Amino acid sequence: MKELTFETLLAVFQEMFGATLFWLMLAAAVIITLAYLYVLIRDRSLSMRRFLWAQLSMPLGAVAAVLLTQAVTNSHFRDIGGPIDVIVLLIVAAIGAIGVAILVYTVQSLLRRPGAVRPVQTYDGGQGG
Amino acid sequence: MNKTNPLSSSRRGFFGLAAAGLAAAVTARGAGPARASVTTNARIVIIGAGAAGTALANRLVQRLEGAQITVIDGRTDHYYQPGLSLVAAGLKPASYTVSRTTDWLPRGVTLLAERAAAIDPEARRVETEGGTRLDYDFLIVAPGLVLDHDAIPGFSLDMVGRDGIGALYAGPDYAARTWQAASHFIETGGVGVFTRPATEMKCAGAPLKHTFLIEDIASRSPAAGRHSFQYTAPQGALFSVPIVAEKVRMLYAERGIETHLRHKLISIEPGRKQARFEVTTIDPVTRAESVSQVDMDYDYLHVIPPMRAPQVIRESGLSWADKWTDQGWVECDQQTLRHLRYPEVFALGDVAGVPKGKTAASVKWQVPVVEDHLVAAIEGRAGTETYNGYTSCPLITRVGRAMLVEFDYKDNLVPSFPGLIAPLEELWISWLMKEVALKATYNAMLRGKA
Repeated sequence: MKELTFETLLAVFQEMFGATLFWLMLAAAVIITLAYLYVLIRDRSLSMRRFLWAQLSMPLGAVAAVLLTQAVTNSHFRDIGGPIDVIVLLIVAAIGAIGVAILVYTVQSLLRRPGAVRPVQTYDGGQGG
Repeated sequence: MNKTNPLSSSRRGFFGLAAAGLAAAVTARGAGPARASVTTNARIVIIGAGAAGTALANRLVQRLEGAQITVIDGRTDHYYQPGLSLVAAGLKPASYTVSRTTDWLPRGVTLLAERAAAIDPEARRVETEGGTRLDYDFLIVAPGLVLDHDAIPGFSLDMVGRDGIGALYAGPDYAARTWQAASHFIETGGVGVFTRPATEMKCAGAPLKHTFLIEDIASRSPAAGRHSFQYTAPQGALFSVPIVAEKVRMLYAERGIETHLRHKLISIEPGRKQARFEVTTIDPVTRAESVSQVDMDYDYLHVIPPMRAPQVIRESGLSWADKWTDQGWVECDQQTLRHLRYPEVFALGDVAGVPKGKTAASVKWQVPVVEDHLVAAIEGRAGTETYNGYTSCPLITRVGRAMLVEFDYKDNLVPSFPGLIAPLEELWISWLMKEVALKATYNAMLRGKA
């Protein structure tokens, strides 16, 4: 890359997905993120039940992101050739995991009304307060 | 007490997810301020609407106010040539490499959809096949090159795809037909013979890539083990950059691809499936060269013909008089790409008479240099940008792996991501760049944005 500016990156991503799809994807990511921030502010607490589901969905998101990347790029696990490839694989998995976690948490929160949120339960390990 | 504080754990979770959300929404700062445009009424003629001509036209429109820019190209289709290797290995359809020339040209540029027929650098005039005459103040010569298929007796383009003959350079449809022939060879087994020309050529990595890809696909096919791979080259090494040549030599040995150096394809007999080579032998003591001929049987033959500058260039008097006389590349300065005898003429892309540099990645580095010197000349000052011979080749070694080889005139490796992406390692990330990011970067370059 000779001139790796933000504008270049933007141009490359637009070419990669097509301008329409790129802006739709970016809009979806922004909307989900805003919705997530909205439910956090609305509920003023993190529901551990929903957070648990979000966490449980993370491995699925990670695996899905890796398999999707491999499917659209004619590649397999056997193509991992060096440390940088492992890092790329982990980054793809992490993005998938975090993305799905945010999505799952937000969807749960939006589907249930705020009144339905259970208060965060205190876990005392069975030894009493 | 082993009581856990529920608040702190939930806060940690909150910050974790919030940070992720923030990371997703983060925006970087915009690019620097746009450079002021230069007002001029200069007449600029660009011959060729390929990667170089189109990218330069887009950049000049952004830089110049009032210039008359005319692009001359008779071909309605634009080819994304770096994709041809993928088409010829069945990984992409022919349509992956085809778009329309007019899709990429900006407003404010006139496209003359004809071929240039004559250039008179003394009178500063270009004439097209339709008889249109264009006077210019600046001329950019970027017509690409021509494939001299007639130089190989016995071969013709209509054979491609049949009887085990491939020729991926010839264009998107021929690349797709090359895959038909190659996939038949993969299914049935036999001897695969891969060639490259004695002339300068665009993307000198492509003959190697095609061999690597077909070997890789064959080695995973049901007929694995029934193939033999013979790589031939008229040169004395597998690649012009010695350190890369050595790496390829090792990989070929590992993969069982036999190498025949100093073998130049001179004719074929398609009926007998035989290719004839001119073999140069150098006496180890006297260094005297002797030439002989050898025939090789093939079940699959990949033909890459000699490459030359288009006829209109070779007849224009712009070519080197003492170098590449059989090929006709444009005489120009290695650093500025400016013609050595006609300072208002620049050469770009495949046709430029410089060592190396016949790749799309080279064009990406060359275009800003010519833009700089051209705009500077209009402003009456000297340009400062220089081209160092940068050439890049994502050298695919398997489906899913490549080496991101980048080098300059001096055969130095010039990695874009030193310490991160090793140039001589077969990596998945380099493949991802080739398959996902390269076409996008290329398109951004065409639009003058990369």
